[in-house]
Amino acid sequence: MGNKRSFTFYLLIIPVLLWLLLMIVIPHADLLVSSFMAENDDGDLVFSFANYAEFFNQKIYWLTFVKTAAYSIFVTMLAFVVAFPIAFYLGKVASKKVASFLILLLLIPLWVGELVTVYGWIVLLGDNGVINHFLLWTGIIDEPITMLYTDFSMVIGLLYMSVLFMVIPVMSTLESMDDSLIEAACDLGASKWVIFTRIVIPYAMPGITSGSIIVFMLVVGNYLAPNLLGGKSSLWFTEQIYNSFLSTFNWNEGAAFGFLLLLLSSAIIWLALKLSGQKLEKVGT
Amino acid sequence: MTNILEVQNLSKHFDDFTAVRNVDFAVEEGGFFSILGSSGCGKTTLLRIIAGFQEASEGDVLIRGRSMNGIPPEKRPVNIVFQNLALFPMMNVRDNVAFGLKRQKLKKAEINLKVSEMLERVGLNGYDNKKVTDLSGGQRQRVAIARSLVMNPSILLLDEPLGALDRKLREHMKVELKLLQKEIGTTFVYITHDQSEALVMSDKVAVMRNGQFEQIDTPRNLYKYPQTAFVAGFVGDSNRFDLQSVNTETIVTQGGWSLQRSNQNLSRQDNHSANVSELFIRPEAFIINPAADLAGVDRFDVTIDTMLFDGSNTKLSTTVAGSNEELLISLQQNAQFDALSEGSTLNVGIHRDDLKCF
Repeated sequence: MGNKRSFTFYLLIIPVLLWLLLMIVIPHADLLVSSFMAENDDGDLVFSFANYAEFFNQKIYWLTFVKTAAYSIFVTMLAFVVAFPIAFYLGKVASKKVASFLILLLLIPLWVGELVTVYGWIVLLGDNGVINHFLLWTGIIDEPITMLYTDFSMVIGLLYMSVLFMVIPVMSTLESMDDSLIEAACDLGASKWVIFTRIVIPYAMPGITSGSIIVFMLVVGNYLAPNLLGGKSSLWFTEQIYNSFLSTFNWNEGAAFGFLLLLLSSAIIWLALKLSGQKLEKVGT
Repeated sequence: MTNILEVQNLSKHFDDFTAVRNVDFAVEEGGFFSILGSSGCGKTTLLRIIAGFQEASEGDVLIRGRSMNGIPPEKRPVNIVFQNLALFPMMNVRDNVAFGLKRQKLKKAEINLKVSEMLERVGLNGYDNKKVTDLSGGQRQRVAIARSLVMNPSILLLDEPLGALDRKLREHMKVELKLLQKEIGTTFVYITHDQSEALVMSDKVAVMRNGQFEQIDTPRNLYKYPQTAFVAGFVGDSNRFDLQSVNTETIVTQGGWSLQRSNQNLSRQDNHSANVSELFIRPEAFIINPAADLAGVDRFDVTIDTMLFDGSNTKLSTTVAGSNEELLISLQQNAQFDALSEGSTLNVGIHRDDLKCF
């Protein structure tokens, strides 16, 4: 391409720029501005840090955030533990044909929609649900175990909705790994554990990192699973934002909380990247 | 010399075909043994069986007289240099080379010493902390070899390690590898499809075809005394002719070219001239303008059709006078033959012993 961009180039770039501007830049800018606005004693909207101060002054808010972040990190780790064997099987063991069929199966829950899958879990986990019913029938338990409306059911729901986003990137990095790396390590006397920790995991690290970022972001910003599957104590930070907007109608506070969620979760990802020695540019290649 | 490696009547069957068929050979301690064959002839399978990555269907592999049946790759006293080298991309040069030693739980100081020695031996001192992805093809090559050699294996297996290099570098590495093997004295088993690599480096070469060994011999014998038509055609260049008839006196090709024969022409054991159907002559066996008193030489005229200039490998494409057989004749690039031109006639001789019939 020459120095002069052609007419077609601009034609093709306009939808992208419009999308970025109208859907991302302007709403966020608007949200940012309104997050710094609060009513003064006269009831007028003026510039203020009050909304942000509210977050740090009220224990319930930042405690909710800490809990949300901790659970999100936990779910992300769990997603890795669950996804890695699946990804390894799909990327290295299964034949291409079998693998693509299984990936299709993994995608089916996404087609159904988040709300329906959540209600599916309610049916499964309820006191009179499928699992309890089965356990009672087999005689393993005498009375139903309470699983629904607890942190357990919430974690299950969050995991179920996000695990695929760990499977896919890890699988694609593993797919690109040459089998002879494993053979070479084996030839040099490495045990299965050493091969796994020194060769396979480091090789898959870019995929693991990008999977972790996606899963963490999906979980930390999830609303349905904590709301419908979690109990009274499973308060999620997104629910606080929802409350600000729709229960107390304090849009300015909601905007501030939204920004805090964005900033704090980004900070956690930045810290995690620093600690694991990964670079964002290398992730997902 | 004792045999360090013995492969006994080895076969490997897959579902619908046989990759290796009744292969039987021995390698002397300190030798450089090559297995030469085109792709898909089963040579990689054979190497992987020796390394322990695949199991033989029949037969046995013995290393220092000990059967390797059922012994996993990490327990065998062999190391392998893979075709694509399989360097660990997440580690630097030093960690790659030290990987195997660390698994042996050696002391840190001992590992460091051994790795440094090995890196120096392959000419990579100072590259310790470089990432393997930042190295050139030849350097990566040497890291792979160092990583295996540092384990001090009884046998080093090499699976076409020069395949990915460009021509110039390959020529260079060929010599370097040969010198390295001489220096350290480890037994090398080397597989390749490149006959030049096999001939230049090896003490013994096995030519493999369709899972079987056609001939095991020194490079020189392989070239001078091929045992089968395949070897004659595969190793070095050859003019090949279908034969019309052979008797005790003469050989006549399909194209009507008649040559005097000697009793050296039939390499086959049975020596039945009735079974013979092909004739091979090397382009470099022809003598241009042979002296009149040279004994045992058949003389004939050829017409030069084209000159195929390729430096030291230049050949004349010619037609034999009185027949329609085409001949490739090597032409040395010295001033003697500068006057030759296309269309002119040339007197050529061939020693009777240089005619190989199969």
